[in-house]
Amino acid sequence: MQSQQEYVLRTVEERGIRFIQLWFTDVLGTPKSFNITPAELENALDEGMTFDGSAVDGFSRVQESDVLARPDLNTFQILPWREGDLAVARVFCDVLNLDGTPFEGCPRHVLRRTLEKARHKGYSFYAAPELEYFYFASARPDGVPQPLDTGSYFELTVADLAGDLRKRTVLTLEEMGIPVEYAQHEDAPSQHEIDLRHTDALTMADTVMTARLVVKEIAQERGVHATFMPKPMEGVQGSGMHTHFSLFEGDVNAFHDPGDPHNLSKAAQGFIAGLLRHAPAITAITNQWVNSYKRLVAGYEAPVYVSWARNNRSALVRVPFAKRGKPESTRIEYRSPDPACNPYLAFAVVLAAGLDGIDEGYDLPPEAATNLYAMSPAELAAEGIGPLPGSLADALNLMESSELVAETLGEHVFEWFIRNKRAEWADYKAHVSRFELDRYLPRL
Amino acid sequence: MEPLLVFPDPPPADLVLVLDRAGYPWKAVNETSARNEPDDGWAGAIVCDWESGGGEEAFALCRALRKRDVPLEPLLLVVDPARLENLELREDLFDDFICAPLRAEEVEARLKHLFWRTGRGLRPELVEYGPLVLNLETYQASVGGRALDLTYMEYELLRFLATHPGRVFTRETLLSRVWGYEYYGGARTVDVHVRRLRAKLGEENAALISTVRSVGYRFGQPRWPA
Repeated sequence: MQSQQEYVLRTVEERGIRFIQLWFTDVLGTPKSFNITPAELENALDEGMTFDGSAVDGFSRVQESDVLARPDLNTFQILPWREGDLAVARVFCDVLNLDGTPFEGCPRHVLRRTLEKARHKGYSFYAAPELEYFYFASARPDGVPQPLDTGSYFELTVADLAGDLRKRTVLTLEEMGIPVEYAQHEDAPSQHEIDLRHTDALTMADTVMTARLVVKEIAQERGVHATFMPKPMEGVQGSGMHTHFSLFEGDVNAFHDPGDPHNLSKAAQGFIAGLLRHAPAITAITNQWVNSYKRLVAGYEAPVYVSWARNNRSALVRVPFAKRGKPESTRIEYRSPDPACNPYLAFAVVLAAGLDGIDEGYDLPPEAATNLYAMSPAELAAEGIGPLPGSLADALNLMESSELVAETLGEHVFEWFIRNKRAEWADYKAHVSRFELDRYLPRL
Repeated sequence: MEPLLVFPDPPPADLVLVLDRAGYPWKAVNETSARNEPDDGWAGAIVCDWESGGGEEAFALCRALRKRDVPLEPLLLVVDPARLENLELREDLFDDFICAPLRAEEVEARLKHLFWRTGRGLRPELVEYGPLVLNLETYQASVGGRALDLTYMEYELLRFLATHPGRVFTRETLLSRVWGYEYYGGARTVDVHVRRLRAKLGEENAALISTVRSVGYRFGQPRWPA
């Protein structure tokens, strides 16, 4: 630890770093940061930096407001872009109470706690998300989103600005030690996707925060607005964050069993079963905005029903075929999360649901073999396939009655989240939309 | 720095003097004790085929050191000028030779040159390999003159690999040597960090760290083509 601290201090000195950004995340997954100078760094590393938690969404109430940000030295990284002409580094922080105990409202702590549970059972948890997003000409809320191009899936266009932005984003991520598996143009106009290579879930949650920032930063340099809003345009696909998950026991992929016809171990089957059982209750976390539910509708490759399948992209949980001779790539893909979620909380509830399935030995329901979008509600019901919640309000009701989610998030985050999101829903419910005016004003 | 293997045990007195004066750590071995490699491996070897009466022990040892999974290098041979013909057809057994009696300046110059050739800079705090330069004192790394912004663990892993060029390490070895404790997350951690390092090294230098299928990783090129 000492040498790590020395490494950081020495690097700041050698590289002429003028500011260190202390990064942390509020309950909704909004990145927060404050700057300190190299002179304050040593003290920050030793004792943490005090700040007023009541200023941060979901942190403290006014009377218990002060908390500590303690840098996690593993995440110290010089940023590849500069602030003006100053070299800047960032470090992720854990938020603590003044007495040094973990602060209940810190999303990183929520995920750490859940990973610790997995660890007690001998598992480490890996995640590989696919981030989809749009480039628009501006961010004006009163305007209509203006796509930069009209390309589609894998389309190769010459000298296009969006493609250039995507390439520069990938290079910047790689420079920051974030390996990118693929990057491509997605289905909708101006929609892009960046797939990250799997790593442990805590690092990956940090990485999602970093990647979202890098995507926006690089776009902004060219006067373009990048957005992770789940469904910015009707009539075309929304942006998802399909995430591949696996559990490892040391070196061994705990999801792989060569003796099973699908190569899925008991643990993998239990994990999927747990995920399916809790899927409706965790959806408020993986899809946390009113707008998230505009994406989860039939016809746009987003999941609508609680089901699993191998290589059937209409299912909520997909089991991709692992390459022959690569048992370590056995994994499941969870297709409901969107890229505007809080990755710490989302990974925590997915892991908790899966572990519960393993612990309780839930049976894996039969695989959904056909295209679910083409089945009638009656056919689905006969198959025992229920829907995901259709709105934020439904999702919150399901979440509120879930022991598992309450326990995973902890009382503090759980209670604040429900309260905050109920308020969001109330605002939305009271809003008179363009849809209503167009449809009713002339006729009624 | 790891110790130099010195043969025989005890070594010639003037060699000891030279090594101690130049500040090279060393450890004398005989045929049997040469098999006990220190934890950190050897920095290289100095084998004397001199004073041992021109027997075959010295060459037998060289052969053994070269036939290991990772051949030991650099290997400096000390020979009697009267028996230089013994070197013929044995060129693969040593990297350089020097005639006895030893002159301190020459031993030092040859060692420096050998270490430089095998990736150790002329300055002890610099590790250089191809386009990669590590400064162990300031913790700074650069490739092709471009500074690398590494996290601490990435730096530690690169430092370990770059100071042992050409050797293949299993994930377990890297985990215990670099992370230094039973790091939870197992050897996957190593894979993930190697990938991050390669990403930062950039496409043209990613091959500095090669994957040795079903064994582990190697930094730089093996000296002896398979």
